[in-house]
Amino acid sequence: MTNKRTCLYDKHVALGALITPFAGFDMPIQYTGIIEEHNAVRENCGVFDVSHMGEVLVSGHDADRFINHIFTNDVTGLPAGKVLYGMLCYPDGGVVDDTCICKLDDQLYLMTINASNIDKDVAWIEQNAEGFDVVIEHKSDAYGQLAIQGPEAEKTIEEVLGLACKDLKFYEVKCIGDVIISRTGYTGEDGFEVYGTPEYIVKAWDKLIAAGVTPCGLGCRDTLRFEVGLPLYGDELSDKITPVMAGLSMFVKFDKEEFIGKEALLRQKTEGVTQRLRGIELDENAIPRHGYKVLKDGKEVGEVTTGYHLISADKSCAVALVDASIQMGDRLEIQIRKKTFPGTVVKKKFYEKHYKKNN
Amino acid sequence: MTKVIEGLYYSESHEYVKVAGNVGYIGITDYAQHALGTIVYVDMPDVDDDVEMDEDFGAIESVKAASDLKSPVSGKVLEVNEALEDDPGLLNKDAFENWIIKVELTDTSELKDLMDAKAYEEFCAE
Repeated sequence: MTNKRTCLYDKHVALGALITPFAGFDMPIQYTGIIEEHNAVRENCGVFDVSHMGEVLVSGHDADRFINHIFTNDVTGLPAGKVLYGMLCYPDGGVVDDTCICKLDDQLYLMTINASNIDKDVAWIEQNAEGFDVVIEHKSDAYGQLAIQGPEAEKTIEEVLGLACKDLKFYEVKCIGDVIISRTGYTGEDGFEVYGTPEYIVKAWDKLIAAGVTPCGLGCRDTLRFEVGLPLYGDELSDKITPVMAGLSMFVKFDKEEFIGKEALLRQKTEGVTQRLRGIELDENAIPRHGYKVLKDGKEVGEVTTGYHLISADKSCAVALVDASIQMGDRLEIQIRKKTFPGTVVKKKFYEKHYKKNN
Repeated sequence: MTKVIEGLYYSESHEYVKVAGNVGYIGITDYAQHALGTIVYVDMPDVDDDVEMDEDFGAIESVKAASDLKSPVSGKVLEVNEALEDDPGLLNKDAFENWIIKVELTDTSELKDLMDAKAYEEFCAE
């Protein structure tokens, strides 16, 4: 089976990107190097091709009620122009996917879903729509998407793309013609995500690259999101790792009358979970990877979900799914090949976010 | 796009050995460094360790992943390239210039099981 390609594939090849299969797409992992690209986003501005992400439009008379049925967060009374993050869950609380939902207008929502989950999500959304007066449109092939991230993102978008975005606050969205722009991202920096037709996205990419914006691959997308404690579906969330286990209960609104997974998640919230995600900072430099074992006093207590030697700070950190008995400040070890490396349980946010929340 | 050097012996797992008498300099190829992306850590054996043909002798960590290093030949480690401890990125700059370990070969007949530059170039192109 050949992989899909985004509308920008030829641009990535022309820039000499290292291309790797990811979620059924041939995607750029890096152009010049992950470290440079990562730092460009922390210090200046970088652009990511995230056209592989999926988009689903939900509209119709029951759109609000339907979103609230399948989504853990709450859109009740949400004004048009706002974005909410949350999860789609199974009845047992396991996660189908995590998603940002943009309220574009009354009774019109845009859901952005993970590339690896597109088919599964669309099937899940459709099969749960019975009895709701909604129209579900799968638009992944109609939209390309750029993430323009970093402290200079606002200025860059206004000057290079001519899109007015200063007025958008954190987690707000608007439509400019057939372009959709939201002040959202996956890096812990100020930034925007721009959706448009593939033709528009190719033009916008060319303008940004010509203006000297750093092209950034999926490699630094992962290091950036990891440093600020943002979860990745498949690592920190899955059909086995619920939002409560992941420490993301703030995105689950238990006061809603109903949503899929409510009973199971509420039970976990009130009665406790057997495992949960914790951050670990190692004493010395080593790189913990997904699946490496976590030990306490020589006994296995869990497994690493993601780990890196941080780029924004000189320390080696991991997020791990461990027994619920493990507490902040506990001493653990991570098995890396033949050696074990000691470390301390800390918060999962290893580096401060720099969102622009009060503009 | 990737570089191959004449006169070296190459393995299918993209290590090379450069032979001088009964001493071999083992490293990863330019193809390997390119495929790995930004290299941030090299886990090397100790001096006097024995390495075996086709067996792991260490690991290379790129930002994204860890990859085992397999020795293309058997031998005893004479020296490890300490410069890589401080600057693993040297492998991205020039993988052939920056060998990883220097070994005393125990069985030079193993070399005939490795590829020459031309065969390796064709192997990479497949």
